[in-house]
Amino acid sequence: MQSRPILVGLASPRTGGMLALAGVIALLPLFLSNKYFYDIVVLVGLNAIVCVGLNLLIGYAGQISLGHAGFFGAGAYGSAILASRFGWPPIAAMLATTLAVALLAYLVGRPILRLKGHYLAMATLGMGIIVFMVITTEDAYTGGPDGIAVVPFSIGGYVLQGERVWYWVVGALLLLAVWLAQNLIDSPAGRALRALHSSEVGAEVVGINAAKHKVMVFVISAVFASVAGSLAAHYSGFITPGKATFLHSIELVTMVVFGGMASTFGAVVGAAVLTTLPQLLAVFEDYEMMVFGAVMMGTMIFLPRGVVPSIARLFQARSKQQIGDKESGA
Amino acid sequence: MSAQFVQYLLTGLTVGAIYALVALGFSIIFNASHVINFAQGEFVMIGGMATVSLSAAGLPYLLAIPLAIVAAALVGLALEKFAVEPARGASVVTLIIITIGASIFLRGLAMVIWDKRFHALKPFTGDTPIPIGGATILPQSLWVLGVTLAIVLALTWFFGRTLLGKAMLATSHNRLAAQLVGINVRMVLFVSFGLSAALGAVAGILIAPITTTSYDVGVMLGLKGFAAAILGGLGSGVGAVVGGLVLGIAETMSAGYLSSAYKDAIAFVIILVVLFFLPSGLFGKRGGERV
Repeated sequence: MQSRPILVGLASPRTGGMLALAGVIALLPLFLSNKYFYDIVVLVGLNAIVCVGLNLLIGYAGQISLGHAGFFGAGAYGSAILASRFGWPPIAAMLATTLAVALLAYLVGRPILRLKGHYLAMATLGMGIIVFMVITTEDAYTGGPDGIAVVPFSIGGYVLQGERVWYWVVGALLLLAVWLAQNLIDSPAGRALRALHSSEVGAEVVGINAAKHKVMVFVISAVFASVAGSLAAHYSGFITPGKATFLHSIELVTMVVFGGMASTFGAVVGAAVLTTLPQLLAVFEDYEMMVFGAVMMGTMIFLPRGVVPSIARLFQARSKQQIGDKESGA
Repeated sequence: MSAQFVQYLLTGLTVGAIYALVALGFSIIFNASHVINFAQGEFVMIGGMATVSLSAAGLPYLLAIPLAIVAAALVGLALEKFAVEPARGASVVTLIIITIGASIFLRGLAMVIWDKRFHALKPFTGDTPIPIGGATILPQSLWVLGVTLAIVLALTWFFGRTLLGKAMLATSHNRLAAQLVGINVRMVLFVSFGLSAALGAVAGILIAPITTTSYDVGVMLGLKGFAAAILGGLGSGVGAVVGGLVLGIAETMSAGYLSSAYKDAIAFVIILVVLFFLPSGLFGKRGGERV
């Protein structure tokens, strides 16, 4: 009888989801036959880390951001400049960059998170574009539109190189990111976020400091994006401003919404689908852009809640029906 | 006033008038539907590009321009019918992604129909600069300013004097109440997309002889128009025009006196600073949240 609560615990969506994700990460290499596939999966993992953070902001707190590629780009370029131009150890460069991005997000977040809806969309969009323009213009440090080469990541003499090594590093970090996000969601702070999502005034009335919580989650999501950006720069060995564009911000938001808002695993699924999609669409050549736009429109029109919640609802409806069948049968 | 200042002011007004037209398009659709149409910039592109290829096919401007505007308006109507209407009641983020998806789709389509090159359009009436107060102005700039003024006057008349215009205004104030007094709200939504698309196309045609046009010209113009609409206060017609002109002038001035490298960033710096102090723009509705 002792084992029963553990089993029940394992079957809960949260632990079950973590185990399923860990299982997928552990077994996936069996199906990855060459470097190219590893490369795509590493990119999926890095995007998924950004999306898990962004989902806390958009899905749970209900605050939109059209500028998170700016944080991703700031993280990537911060690491690249400190490590490659100034010769900092990569881990120190990443930590310093992460702290700087957290501070930036805090300073920007405090005034702009007072804004609502479209005004917040505009402000975050503007912030992202300003970061992008600084990156393309300050070419003495950033290499401008041509980009900048980045030294490989190394910890105490051990150099992280090769797609396979990166696969396990990114996989472990993704699990950590999901675990952190899940813990935050189930904490009092997470409940506060959901409360202010449904009504900010209502949340304030029951004693939640809405401004504080919104800024907190904004900073957390910026940190996730910045860390993923730093890692992406070291992994690919080269970074261009393309990763900091408005379009990349939109892609990140689309991943979150496509997977399903307020679903951490949805964010991972969204990142996986939308990162691999352009690779598949390459067969359309000149029509690639049209097809990508059409897919974006189509999924949002037909699955406005996103893939994972829609499937989950389908299963719930079916299991309810089965229970109903049993009851009527008895 | 130095001649240089006058020059920057004239250039700024020209650019600002274009931003104002794009911003008006954003505001009209927002009023009818509370949707921010991120594909607004693509109408600007369609207007310019269609005029380029129609006049290259031998049509005179008097025929090519109206046809290009109609083409853009039809695309706007199609966008409403097939992308926005089916997603009614979806969340703000979802609608933003749908219209951005539409803009990517239209840009891809333009790339397939036309090409990736820049195209110049011949100025409407010559290109001899006219001297004004030590500075000069292109005849095409006069066209931009004149047509923008005419459109603003026509829109004032349309929203103040015609039945359809008043119906659109009523819908923007209270959708449900408008429906209860017998206004066809769906029709209003449909018309607003056609009208906005036509406005965007006009902006694209007016500016094409000055800045040239290409398949991706809509991205920046769309975002700056959105910034202008937000600066003025979403949904306010006066706000859209003032916001557009302010952004245009500020941008040209700072490019001239400060740094031209950050010209495109100025609009977004201004919008952030203004929103810090006026969270609903210059002329936006202020109001509390209801629980």
